[in-house]
Amino acid sequence: MRIITLVRQVLDAEESVRVRGGAVDLEGSKLVMDTMDEYGVEEALRLREAASGETPVEVVALAVGPERAEESLRTALAMGADRGVHVVTNELLDAIALSAVVAQVARGEGADLIFCGGQQADWDSQALGAATAERLQWPQATWTSQLERKGSTLVGKHEVDEGSETFEVQWPAVVTTQQGLNEPRYPTLPNIMKSKKKEIRKQPLEAFGIAPRLKVLGSEIQVKERKRKILDGKDASAAAAQLVKMLREEAGVVA
Amino acid sequence: MILMVAEQSNGVLSKSAYELAQAARQLQGELPNFGEVTALVLGSGVAAAASAAALLADQVLVADMPALGQYDAEVWASAVAQIAGEGEAQVVLIAGSRSGREYSPRVAVKLDAPLLEDVIRLQCESFGEGAGVVLRAEHYTFLSRVTERIETQAPAVVVTVKPGSFVAAAAGTTPAEQLDVDLQLPQKRLKVTGSIQEKTGRIGLTEADVVVSGGRGVGTQEAFAELVEGLADQLGAPVGATRAVVDAGWRPYAEQVGQTGKTVQPKLYVAVGISGAVQHLSGMNKSQCIVALNKDADAPIFKITDYGIVGDVKEIVPALIAELRK
Ligand SMILES: Cc1cc2nc3c(=O)[nH]c(=O)nc-3n(C[C@H](O)[C@H](O)[C@H](O)COP(=O)(O)OP(=O)(O)OC[C@H]3O[C@@H](n4cnc5c(N)ncnc54)[C@H](O)[C@@H]3O)c2cc1C
Ligand SMILES: Nc1ncnc2c1ncn2[C@@H]1O[C@H](COP(=O)(O)O)[C@@H](O)[C@H]1O
Repeated sequence: MRIITLVRQVLDAEESVRVRGGAVDLEGSKLVMDTMDEYGVEEALRLREAASGETPVEVVALAVGPERAEESLRTALAMGADRGVHVVTNELLDAIALSAVVAQVARGEGADLIFCGGQQADWDSQALGAATAERLQWPQATWTSQLERKGSTLVGKHEVDEGSETFEVQWPAVVTTQQGLNEPRYPTLPNIMKSKKKEIRKQPLEAFGIAPRLKVLGSEIQVKERKRKILDGKDASAAAAQLVKMLREEAGVVA
Repeated sequence: MILMVAEQSNGVLSKSAYELAQAARQLQGELPNFGEVTALVLGSGVAAAASAAALLADQVLVADMPALGQYDAEVWASAVAQIAGEGEAQVVLIAGSRSGREYSPRVAVKLDAPLLEDVIRLQCESFGEGAGVVLRAEHYTFLSRVTERIETQAPAVVVTVKPGSFVAAAAGTTPAEQLDVDLQLPQKRLKVTGSIQEKTGRIGLTEADVVVSGGRGVGTQEAFAELVEGLADQLGAPVGATRAVVDAGWRPYAEQVGQTGKTVQPKLYVAVGISGAVQHLSGMNKSQCIVALNKDADAPIFKITDYGIVGDVKEIVPALIAELRK
């Protein structure tokens, strides 16, 4: 069994976003592997560990992005992924265009299972997993919070419009992750050392014949001015009285 | 043709259908001869929803089949793509619900169309034979912190619309024609073996004018019921929760606000014992007025707060409830 797990390099959640010249400027910001992708890498590693004895599982981490995206691939390898594939590009690809790249790599690798983040933390997209599944004519399970392999079947739980469902699906399939799926491991020092020798295959995007389907015209940060009237609550009733007064008279949001 | 997929739940037309109708009418108005607005209703036993949709669109296509009794991404994508393909839809509007965002990418791939996701604004720039349609849209990126303007040009474009971004269209008085359609549907491959109702007893989180949400700082499940529900009752508001609270099992997932939960945009959002992690803010940072109660003056939530109190919620909330009763 071969598992492809997608990794994207995104802005660290603690960092603030900056826009310069109508585009998000990541220069000098801390970039990390998308948390949603950490769940995918971790889950792939768990499936590999659970399969010991049976058919071996290989975990391939895949990134599509600029040179720096290799850092996230290295993180995946340090967590335990077997090797990496890096499709190098500075082009901003939307999810539909990107899914064509992922599907081509998956076909070339003869992949049986793909993990993808439930939502990408940079473009807030939820489309990549489903679009890839459609291109491969595979089923998909989105927002997966529990997963287990039973032979050729994946048994799990995922979140839907209201509440959640338990499901069964035969692989090959695409699984998108959700917080709660697992607790991603930290790379240990020996694994970091070992990962340096692991292979990352580089391919230029040009080889895929893909063009973006969307054009970004501009980006802006809409800062809503906040009043930031913060009261000291040592005297709880006095603070409460003052807050309610402001909500009634100033903000007009309480009757 | 502008195709809008009118979502229904238990035979009742969803609020999102009215919002899609508004978006569709607006597109239609921007370009004369853009064609008619066709609503598609999918499900089993959906006559009432179809009749309601007939007051929103120029034409309603109804696929009322037992096989559509339960949502499935592959089945829905196949149904919508068939209709869009046959009707040569230039724009396919789909609700930005969790399911809508799940099957819409499949529709886009089937139609070889671009996908505009979770748009808050939509504008048609031009439409010409051959050149296809040029659509401009706005949507949020970077966990709802950035507003991005995007453009695409194609013979057909698939669009998901963020819930609450368009005002609900008013229903017309003359019902449009309803046509039954026959569809070739694929076999379901994701077998649903059980449904876990994580519904909240409280309704209308995404529609309410006031939302009271609680975080781990509230302390315990019992304190949550007393303080957060107590304050919510006093303000006539539904209850929201952070992921930490949902993970702890204090509240159902249906109440979670944030990146992986619901997005709310009320007039007043009260955050009780919530630190303000970016994933939580992503679901509520567009609220008109934000009130935060937290004992830590440096909690990130205070950065986007209009009115706040630094203090222990165990003391502040009862005092607030008492004050509001006055
Ligand atoms: C991929 C991903 C997706 C996520 N999606 C979501 C999401 O959709 N929604 C979401 O909410 N989170 C989400 N999270 C989790 C998020 O990062 C935070 O962990 C979570 O929001 C924290 O919840 P909290 O504020 O309740 O808890 P904490 O961060 O623990 O904050 C508790 C706060 O309470 C205060 N406090 C403690 N005691 C008191 C007291 N007695 N009186 C007053 N104040 C007190 C503390 O000062 C602190 O600020 C996600 C995380 C990831 C990685
Ligand atoms: N379709 C897109 N729209 C907007 N920004 C994008 C898109 N694709 C990639 N990006 C941005 O480009 C950066 C580099 O991409 P990546 O290294 O692949 O994560 C990301 O952090 C995003 O900010």
